[in-house]
Amino acid sequence: MDHLALPTAMIETPTVLADWVIVLPLVLALLGAALLLMLRQIRHVPALIAGLVVIAIIACEVALLQRIAVEGPLSMTMGKWLPPFGISFTADIFGAGFALAAALVTLIVIIYAEGERGPDERGDGFHALVLLLLAGVTGAFLTGDLFNLYVWFEVMLIASFGLIVTGGRPLQLDGAVKYGFLNFLATTLFLLSLGLIYGLLGTLNMADIIGKATTANPAALTGIAALLLLAFGMKAAAFPLNAWLPASYHTPPAVISALFAGLLTKVGVYALLRALVQLLPASRDILEPALLLVAIATLLIAPLGAIAETNLRRAIGFLVIGGIGAVLAGIALPSEGGVAGAALYVFHAILTMTALYLVAGLIERRTGQRDTRLMGGLYAASTPLSVLFLVLVLATAGVPPFLGFWPKLLLLDAGLQQALAGDWADGVLVLALLANAVLTLIAGSRLWAHVFWRSGAEGASEHETITLRTPGAREQWFGLGASVVLTALIVLAGLWPNLLFEGARTGAADLVDPARYIAAVGLAEATP
Amino acid sequence: MDYALAVLVGLFIALGVYLLLSRSIIRMLLGVTIFGNGVNLLIFTAGRLTREVAPIVPAGLDQPAGPIANPLPQALILTAIVIGFAMFSFLLVLAYRAYQELDADNTDTMRLAEPEDAPRPPLSY
Repeated sequence: MDHLALPTAMIETPTVLADWVIVLPLVLALLGAALLLMLRQIRHVPALIAGLVVIAIIACEVALLQRIAVEGPLSMTMGKWLPPFGISFTADIFGAGFALAAALVTLIVIIYAEGERGPDERGDGFHALVLLLLAGVTGAFLTGDLFNLYVWFEVMLIASFGLIVTGGRPLQLDGAVKYGFLNFLATTLFLLSLGLIYGLLGTLNMADIIGKATTANPAALTGIAALLLLAFGMKAAAFPLNAWLPASYHTPPAVISALFAGLLTKVGVYALLRALVQLLPASRDILEPALLLVAIATLLIAPLGAIAETNLRRAIGFLVIGGIGAVLAGIALPSEGGVAGAALYVFHAILTMTALYLVAGLIERRTGQRDTRLMGGLYAASTPLSVLFLVLVLATAGVPPFLGFWPKLLLLDAGLQQALAGDWADGVLVLALLANAVLTLIAGSRLWAHVFWRSGAEGASEHETITLRTPGAREQWFGLGASVVLTALIVLAGLWPNLLFEGARTGAADLVDPARYIAAVGLAEATP
Repeated sequence: MDYALAVLVGLFIALGVYLLLSRSIIRMLLGVTIFGNGVNLLIFTAGRLTREVAPIVPAGLDQPAGPIANPLPQALILTAIVIGFAMFSFLLVLAYRAYQELDADNTDTMRLAEPEDAPRPPLSY
């Protein structure tokens, strides 16, 4: 037997124990979801277990981030086959950082849900589905294989299907039909482009694709990149594929809307960032005019939608889309600064959009209304709520010193540099970013003025006060408490952004020059 | 053979898109399924079609003796079929429930989440 004539294809040594930290968050989330499915009928237990599991996941991800900060991207390959044959999980700063933000937000949502969920909702599998959703999102952030990314997209999708119809009110079914069809179509389009990539390059491992894409037919590759832009743009709700988001995000209970707003669209833009900036940079350059157009349109149209909307949570849905525009702006800019800004914006959006929906849920419970025309006078009734909402609106618009300001600063800086270098289209993008900030501020402060500042409902006289429900102690502690913690986190991160800045810059450098990423997977010598 | 299958993939996807453009949810469901099957066929074709033997390494050898069929697309398609079926069944139940609750198979009449006579935006600041 000529063993030596064959290149080694198998991993002979067992995985180092410390490397398991890459997949541990996923294992915990999936096992937790299975366990909770069995224990869902017991009182109080599901929330407790879900909380503990998410805390363990957060601990794993902090440890993972610490290792990545020291050693660079980490990789682990399944099934003893060497990459590109085995399925790799490759975590870099962006993947691990977003996964950490997602887990943090999930923990807050689980705590918040304790204040909102009544005894009749016991046994509906909410906590199991939340953990399954977190598993899908974490998997999408940490995987290093394109087909595996598709599988995690579907895990995420089926969990979100379950969550959006929880309760089964007609309104939810209506939203779920639109959400379900369009998102399933988007993942099928992703599968389509994935099949074409496999046919063209013969590989699905991301690190391997980076190496092989440089020598492939650029026309075919750009076609595939355009399909990926279509698929991920649909998942991310970029204009003109955004119609499903404002049609569905306001239909489930507020706590589920919050989870969706924080996690789902962000995975879409993360995949776009990974696929266009890291995997197919040459095709991204060709697609740049299209990206610019989509980014500018999304930036401008989304806040206008929010201004025209009277349903509170639908209006916030449009603000979520505006955030997607900012991330797309970063992808449309060809510099490292733009990528860093986009990534930092994703981190900010995961926290801020969730917090906005959570506070909107509290507002809806206090007023008993969904329509801002019927709300008013909440400022006198609940000062903490009004402060929270105002802070979050300012953070969304990107007013310093809140977290939203820093990514916008990076984006504007990167855009201005391009514009000054003579690229007029990037100048338009800079103007669109500024206009987006102003319009978002107008939309948000109008919502604030209508809900909190005005003494009563629209058209009511000065002395007519609106009847408000007094919240129960449970709702106050869990609901308001969780929202305050998340908002405090956003404020603190805005005041001390150095760590985030450093992470975004390192991550962007790794994304633009993937040498360290490829080396981590172990394919450095294989690429010519 | 590749060309024939490529044409078939095109037909499947064209039919899927056509049905998806319909207003009836049942037609859309069929469209999604046909679209998905077109994609599965595409992955199969992308893995290169051969008339070669099954990818089994004979006993006593370290690698297959001659050219073999590509086993990877089958694994990919199997995963995609399972996922697609799960999604299809969910959407089917959803469509049935929506028909029961909203009495509508036509997406034009499903306007609960987005009311047709949407209120005008508030004019006060």
